Amino acid sequence: MIDKFFASTEAALADIRDGATIMIGGFGGAGMAVALIDALIAQGARALTIVNNNAGNCDTGLAALIAAKRVRKILCSFPRQADSWHFDKAYRAGELELELVPQGTLAERIRAAGAGIGAFYTPTAFGTDLAKGKETRRIDGRDYVLEYPIHADYALIKAERADRWGNLVYRKTARNFAPIMAAAAKCTVVQVRETVDLGALDPEAIVTPGIFVNRIVKVGSSLRQAA
Amino acid sequence: MKKLDRNQMAARVARDIPEGSYVNLGIGLPTLVADHLPKGREIILHSENGVLGIGPKPPAGLEDEDLINAGKEPVTLLAGGAYFHHADSFGMIRGRHLDFAVLGAFQVAVNGDLANWHTGGADAIPAVGGAMDLATGAKKVLVMMEHLTKKGESKIVERCTYPLTGARCVNRIYTDLAVIDVKPDGLHVVEVVDGLSFEELQRLSGVPLKRMLTAA
Repeated sequence: MIDKFFASTEAALADIRDGATIMIGGFGGAGMAVALIDALIAQGARALTIVNNNAGNCDTGLAALIAAKRVRKILCSFPRQADSWHFDKAYRAGELELELVPQGTLAERIRAAGAGIGAFYTPTAFGTDLAKGKETRRIDGRDYVLEYPIHADYALIKAERADRWGNLVYRKTARNFAPIMAAAAKCTVVQVRETVDLGALDPEAIVTPGIFVNRIVKVGSSLRQAA
Repeated sequence: MKKLDRNQMAARVARDIPEGSYVNLGIGLPTLVADHLPKGREIILHSENGVLGIGPKPPAGLEDEDLINAGKEPVTLLAGGAYFHHADSFGMIRGRHLDFAVLGAFQVAVNGDLANWHTGGADAIPAVGGAMDLATGAKKVLVMMEHLTKKGESKIVERCTYPLTGARCVNRIYTDLAVIDVKPDGLHVVEVVDGLSFEELQRLSGVPLKRMLTAA
């Protein structure tokens, strides 16, 4: 019997090693798997490469991971924010490396990894500093930049509901990067608010099919949610 | 001369967005455009973080942390709205499905080059977000900015000195002084604010401007 439910976040992250590449879902706080990140901090793995849209907000989640000095490199599109003080400090101190990627290119590089694409040409960033040193090509009169997939050892994502096969549905804009990260990582760990029986999720409405999911932990939600 | 304030600028941009448009409003000043879209015109707002059909701000106390816009502010969803993941969201942008992107800017060059993501300062932490995708992918890129910097220098320039967001991507510029179209043969002034002459606008801008023959 397939059962991807794990009893605890600790058990779900026990095998993460130093130097791992970890995708973390979420856009700002929406969709960030804070319970899994807390467990990752407790687990102790170091020198991590993190893939996220941002570089942490306030003092929780990814910001706490950076504050705990576990991050060696971060790939993201928008690190600098009013509340990104932990990243700002570590970056200015030279404690972590930043690879800045335009948001759509970040998403497509993640998608490409999950979809088995070797590289792709995108028009975004052509003629800008973020395309410096990259291969370019003119196709049908338009200029493109060659970009490569981003693979990961783990993806830590948050979903609303899961069944034991790993089928997932999300909630509102908390979906953001989670479906593509689930496909791009070797091991996808999901924090969910609710677990349901097989067959309870409408097959027409499943967003991430279980083939992309390895481990699921049920965690209560503390978010303020409108009806 | 009577400079437009931020809300007047937003209202001026909103007037030009037709019924049925799919529109992305950039973070900051462009977000204000949402408050001025003419009532009764169905215009669908897109946000990079996977939503089409953004509605008004929620009333205090009814914010939902799972429902935010690209500026990470709480929003609502209109009936008919949809959620989707980030790769689809940027597929919409890059795939030329958005009719308009309204973006802020540090500088716009005569050839339509846009600089709005990074000052290039040695101690500045760069952050690009979706700006380059929007600049490259939207069918029409509208820039909304003050005409002059705080020091009184024109933000419309011969050549951008700040790092580029996109090359030759801007179609129209809305400032607190004028509306200007970017065309292959240069900048065409569509409108100026009351009490400002074309000659004075030309002097303030410091780049060659052309008079538009017909009003927009």
